[in-house]
Amino acid sequence: MNLQMKMLDTDFLIIGGGTAGCYAALTFAEQAAGRVLIVEKARIKRSGCLAAGVNAINAYIGQGKTPQDYVEYVRADAAGIVRGDLLLSMAEGLNRVTRKIESLGLTILKDENGDYVSRGWRNIKINGENIKPILAEAVKKQPQISLLERVQVFEYIVRDGRMTGIYAVSIEEPLLYVITAKAVLCATGGAAGVYKPNHPGFSRHKMWYSPFNTGAGYAMGILAGAEMTSLEMRFIALRCKDTIAPTGTLAQGVGAKQINALGAVYEQKYGITTAQRVYGTIRENSEGRGPCYLRTVGITAEQDTELQKAYLNMAPSQTLRWLESGLTPSVHNVEIEGTEPYIVGGHTASGYWVDLHRETTIRGLFAAGDVAGGCPQKYVTGAFVEGEIAAKAAVHYMSDPPPFMDQQQTAGKHRSLSALLNLNRISPGSDTTDALEEEMQSVMDQYAGGISVHYQSSAESLHIAAGKIQALERRSVALTARDMQEIGYILELRERLTLCRALIAHMNARCETRWPVFCERSDFPDQRPELAKYINSQLENGGIKIVMRELINE
Amino acid sequence: MSIKISAQQCIGCGQCAEVCPGSLIVLRDSKAAIPRPERCWGCASCVKECPAGAILFYLGTDMGGQGGTLSVRRERHLLHWTVSKPDGGRVSITLDSRDSNKY
Ligand SMILES: Cc1cc2nc3c(=O)[nH]c(=O)nc-3n(C[C@H](O)[C@H](O)[C@H](O)COP(=O)(O)OP(=O)(O)OC[C@H]3O[C@@H](n4cnc5c(N)ncnc54)[C@H](O)[C@@H]3O)c2cc1C
Ligand code: SF4
Ligand code: SF4
Repeated sequence: MNLQMKMLDTDFLIIGGGTAGCYAALTFAEQAAGRVLIVEKARIKRSGCLAAGVNAINAYIGQGKTPQDYVEYVRADAAGIVRGDLLLSMAEGLNRVTRKIESLGLTILKDENGDYVSRGWRNIKINGENIKPILAEAVKKQPQISLLERVQVFEYIVRDGRMTGIYAVSIEEPLLYVITAKAVLCATGGAAGVYKPNHPGFSRHKMWYSPFNTGAGYAMGILAGAEMTSLEMRFIALRCKDTIAPTGTLAQGVGAKQINALGAVYEQKYGITTAQRVYGTIRENSEGRGPCYLRTVGITAEQDTELQKAYLNMAPSQTLRWLESGLTPSVHNVEIEGTEPYIVGGHTASGYWVDLHRETTIRGLFAAGDVAGGCPQKYVTGAFVEGEIAAKAAVHYMSDPPPFMDQQQTAGKHRSLSALLNLNRISPGSDTTDALEEEMQSVMDQYAGGISVHYQSSAESLHIAAGKIQALERRSVALTARDMQEIGYILELRERLTLCRALIAHMNARCETRWPVFCERSDFPDQRPELAKYINSQLENGGIKIVMRELINE
Repeated sequence: MSIKISAQQCIGCGQCAEVCPGSLIVLRDSKAAIPRPERCWGCASCVKECPAGAILFYLGTDMGGQGGTLSVRRERHLLHWTVSKPDGGRVSITLDSRDSNKY
């Protein structure tokens, strides 16, 4: 197979046509006349986290509350390690973007006065099954925005600390893209598939987070020398067992409490932060009082039916599970478990270190959504706001002179990618991408705090993990591909390995247990006030260098 | 967790392949196929897109699947879902995208 090369240029380049990426494209087109190009590895109609639909708008400022209240809530939930400035600017935009997505066609429940119906003060009720098609349609209607779909971005081109473009490959045809732009937004989402999942066999992709968000944005940033923050604040979700469907609808919708196998409500015992809720369940299990459930027995028949419907709109596997087994929630409590850890800046604070404009430490590179750090619990609406802020800043930034392209570097990239496609090198007994991925997930599981070790790690275990990941990185160099999709899989594996390396360094630097399960150190079981700081990192001379930074308030 | 595509029912329109967030579905000789079913996320996007009802959604036995399937037919803003139970029984649920979730 002969790899062709195609050069493109644009004004505003968006990597990832998901939640933040699509919203940023729409905002840019409203604000300026320039060309926008979205490069998306799937197709934007159903790509990313929103594919199956979402069940509620999780971030909204309800009546009588203020954006500052949201900041305080998130800060307490994350035990202080948040960027107050980023959170406040995000919270201030939540209600605005909600009205916008409603105007584009999203169904939001309203009361007789025309006010949104809330589910607690931060949540509002919607029908979120078609949220992504709605967003994608708006993008496609906008003539300034072009789409390059089924194209996977894998490397940044940075010159003199300035973002100038990207390399990408088509996953359908032998085509390498070199794309230059006046401003670039990274909106590739977070990372799943780094740890051994709940079901490592056939159903290994039946996970909570999108298995197709592989941490490309983190890895490209790390390798290009961007500063990253709080990677160690991993996210572990409390989910319905097996289907990994969300539990919020049961807890908040019908008021189901977490109970252990003895029927005792245990949540007050451990606290109610997001991390503590998962921790409590893990402890109840490890101390022999599991399995744990959400107590749904006793809900009405009508509630039972409504739950089946609600899950069809966001996690259809849960409804299938209930109906095929006959054990619907009114007759059987819903068993819950913790997922494998994810790196996801829309729930915790992991990601790019950005300024108020969502510009990263690489000039001209912006980040929004799950890939951007410092601003937990942004969810769908927060990702919209960040896309909006970044797009507005990009309009402003664009006035800079056009970037310059390095022919020699481009030719080198073409050579190395062509080599991956060389069939002759595949010999029996050589590594496969799937096998290395499985090994990576096992290493992270056992030595970097996965499910099998109750999410705990220590300096010793992390040291072992680092060595094993380094060895896997070396072995991944020899992988070969038979087609373009396999090239994509190799690149994804390498991205995850790069992320693992940085993640382990971050976890190692957080010598305390500030958040149970999220980053629980068996050798430092307590919180240490002197570590109320951000742990940031940057690649320096091939190694991950850790920098501690003082907290920034709003 | 994955999907099965019935080659008999498939009319080769390619809609399912267009929407898969993992680009997992391919068209071979005008029939849709999923060469790597273990990579499926179970988002059901393809199932909702298929005009011929050729795609069935099921839970893998490794996650406790019991052989039931889920299919859906779209009619403008309505989604008609059908669960076929292992014992042959069926349950139908219709959802309107203009109605919000109760919870
Ligand atoms: C299952 C699930 C349910 C959720 N439910 C809710 C809810 O009910 N309410 C709520 O408010 N929030 C919910 N969230 C959170 C919310 O959906 C996310 O925080 C938000 O959508 C993240 O947006 P994003 O733009 O960062 O990522 P995404 O929307 O996932 O976009 C990332 C995009 O980048 C693309 N991409 C990735 N890598 C590359 C690459 N290398 N090259 C090109 N393109 C690439 C992906 O294909 C994808 O389209 C949920 C999340 C999940 C996973
Ligand atoms: S269910 Fe989702 S991930 Fe699986 S094949 Fe269909 S569209 Fe792709
Ligand atoms: S959407 Fe249905 S009919 Fe169309 S190609 Fe896919 S399986 Fe076949």
